[in-house]
Amino acid sequence: MSILVDSSTRVLVQGLTGSEGKFHGERMMQYGTKVVAGVTPGKGGQEVLGLPVFNSVAEAVRETGANTSIIFVPPAAGADAIMESAAAGVALCVCITEGIPVLDMVKAMHFLEEHKGMTLIGPNCPGVISSGKCKVGIMPNHIHKEGSVGVISRSGTLTYEVVGQLTAEGLGQSTCVGIGGDPLIGTSFVDVLRRFKDDEQTEAVVLIGEIGGSAEQDAAAYIKEEFGKPVFAFIAGRSAPKGRPMGHAGAVISGKSSTPEEKVAALKAAGIHYVESLAEIGATVRKVLRG
Amino acid sequence: MNIHEFQAKELLRRYGVPTPKGSVARSVEDVARVGASLAPGKLVVKAQIHAGGRGKAGGVKLVNSVEEAKEAAASLLGATLITPQTGPGGKVVHAVLVEEVAPIAKEYYAGITLDRESRRMCLMVSREGGMNIEEVAEKFPESIVKVFIDPRFGLQTFEARALAEGLGLSGKELFAGAAVFMNLYKACLELDASLVEINPLVRTEAGAIVALDAKISFDDSALFRHKDLLELEDLTEIDPQEYRASSIGMKFIKLDGTIGMMANGAGLAMTTMDIIQQMGGRAANFLDVSGGASEEMIAEGTRLILEDPRVKAIFINIFGGILRGDILARGLLMGLEGKASPVPIVMRLVGTNAEEGRQILRDSGLPFTVAENLSQAMERIAEIVRQQ
Repeated sequence: MSILVDSSTRVLVQGLTGSEGKFHGERMMQYGTKVVAGVTPGKGGQEVLGLPVFNSVAEAVRETGANTSIIFVPPAAGADAIMESAAAGVALCVCITEGIPVLDMVKAMHFLEEHKGMTLIGPNCPGVISSGKCKVGIMPNHIHKEGSVGVISRSGTLTYEVVGQLTAEGLGQSTCVGIGGDPLIGTSFVDVLRRFKDDEQTEAVVLIGEIGGSAEQDAAAYIKEEFGKPVFAFIAGRSAPKGRPMGHAGAVISGKSSTPEEKVAALKAAGIHYVESLAEIGATVRKVLRG
Repeated sequence: MNIHEFQAKELLRRYGVPTPKGSVARSVEDVARVGASLAPGKLVVKAQIHAGGRGKAGGVKLVNSVEEAKEAAASLLGATLITPQTGPGGKVVHAVLVEEVAPIAKEYYAGITLDRESRRMCLMVSREGGMNIEEVAEKFPESIVKVFIDPRFGLQTFEARALAEGLGLSGKELFAGAAVFMNLYKACLELDASLVEINPLVRTEAGAIVALDAKISFDDSALFRHKDLLELEDLTEIDPQEYRASSIGMKFIKLDGTIGMMANGAGLAMTTMDIIQQMGGRAANFLDVSGGASEEMIAEGTRLILEDPRVKAIFINIFGGILRGDILARGLLMGLEGKASPVPIVMRLVGTNAEEGRQILRDSGLPFTVAENLSQAMERIAEIVRQQ
């Protein structure tokens, strides 16, 4: 199995005619992903990487049977691109675009509630890869190896770091999901964990969190109650100065602490293997799973 | 992006939010001119810096006349104010806000910001005004009333009235309060603010609802559609090095340690900072050169780190993805201008074109410690810290 993407995934690239879209579209095809179309409003009829370009997502879905979209459009058009995918009946949308205005995302999130059926990963994320099967994202191809460890992360490069270590230790991955670093994201740690729970290929999960928000505490609560598979966790930013990156009123509203100490304590209390040093993640997973 | 109180008040006035009568002054002569336009009587002179806690730090002075206001301004202008939010270095006051003072009956809090959980903007008010909202949430949680605003319909009048009622307002004052909340939301929406905070919002003895203070932060991602707001940015409030980095798409934050650092991606950069601490040291900075960094950006990042005289060593931690190892190496050499670095550089370079990058560094003949892996890089950092 694996989660979210596999050999049945048919991808359309929103922004295929741009440099990022083209570069990563090609890398995805090299990985074996079935990329079937591009969408750039006003450029319908063109051909890029041998793929047809359409003016709208709806048209691309109708003509090619695409069921997944990946977004590389500029930030000003990001929320619109997400909503267009949802309205066109796409099942999974991966938004790579960084810097979408918050109020645009508030609107898009509401649109998704009314157009149920689409799972949004991101925005501001590296995407999703089911090793050996399908990549809908921007992660380096060569570090991944098929196997049984699931990876979930809020950070791009740290995901690559962990995957690199797992592969070096001989541990392959089922699916790696970068959920994104923005305050508003479509899919949470818990959403991904639910899918990993039901996935037979996934034997254990590595969760990479960071300071800010309370997604790690939510994940810890879910894991403690019902996850049932080994989880390894690491939190980035334990030495970060307090208050600098965070808007203070936000933390008050959620009423939960966003400090790394709270997150680590919650994860440990949930019986999760907390790894203190980044360099030790791969080795720790191997020791626990393989002895 | 943050702006000054006087700028926030000018914006809010455009949206119909009542504020005390007054104006900004950048010199004692300015204060005389502003004073002449205000009603005779008590005035307040407020230092304009991007930090809270000004009152306790002596940055807000109540005076009885324009003459006294001039004296207060003379003592504030050019002075350095240290508050819990400025950091130990404090901030230099370049402007003051001079305002009329009206007798206050009661202080409240009002603020709008994103609520991650409900994925909506949240307008929050409290009867406990004038103190930090975190403190209010801890000590008087029952005093906080919130509305989570439906983005399809916006804030409704009945919701604004419910907030005003939550403050205990009634009669005409209830409607005045509700109008303020409607206007605050409108301002937040139209200006793409990530935070609009009025603390305190006050009821005067005359029964007016007035924004006595105002703080607005804009969503940086939305500034592309608010070119007019960019003019409000006060560059003297921004660290010049941090500004140089952000103007070319990198994130640089000055910290108080001695080990300079560079990494690609926010998560890896944060972790690199953590590693330095784990090895007994303290990071001198945070530098995320971003995934798509060019040679020029790496060179500028190298210069930014080396400009800091406290830096005793540099840790470069790169997991090449989009950022290739050869670009990193060439950028680094460009930043060093072909000369040996004055402090040891420990590098861990893996991922795309890492070997090409290492070869370029070897060919340069300059001294670098290129670690085989992360653990080895960490050991080397620990050694350097021990030798200090």
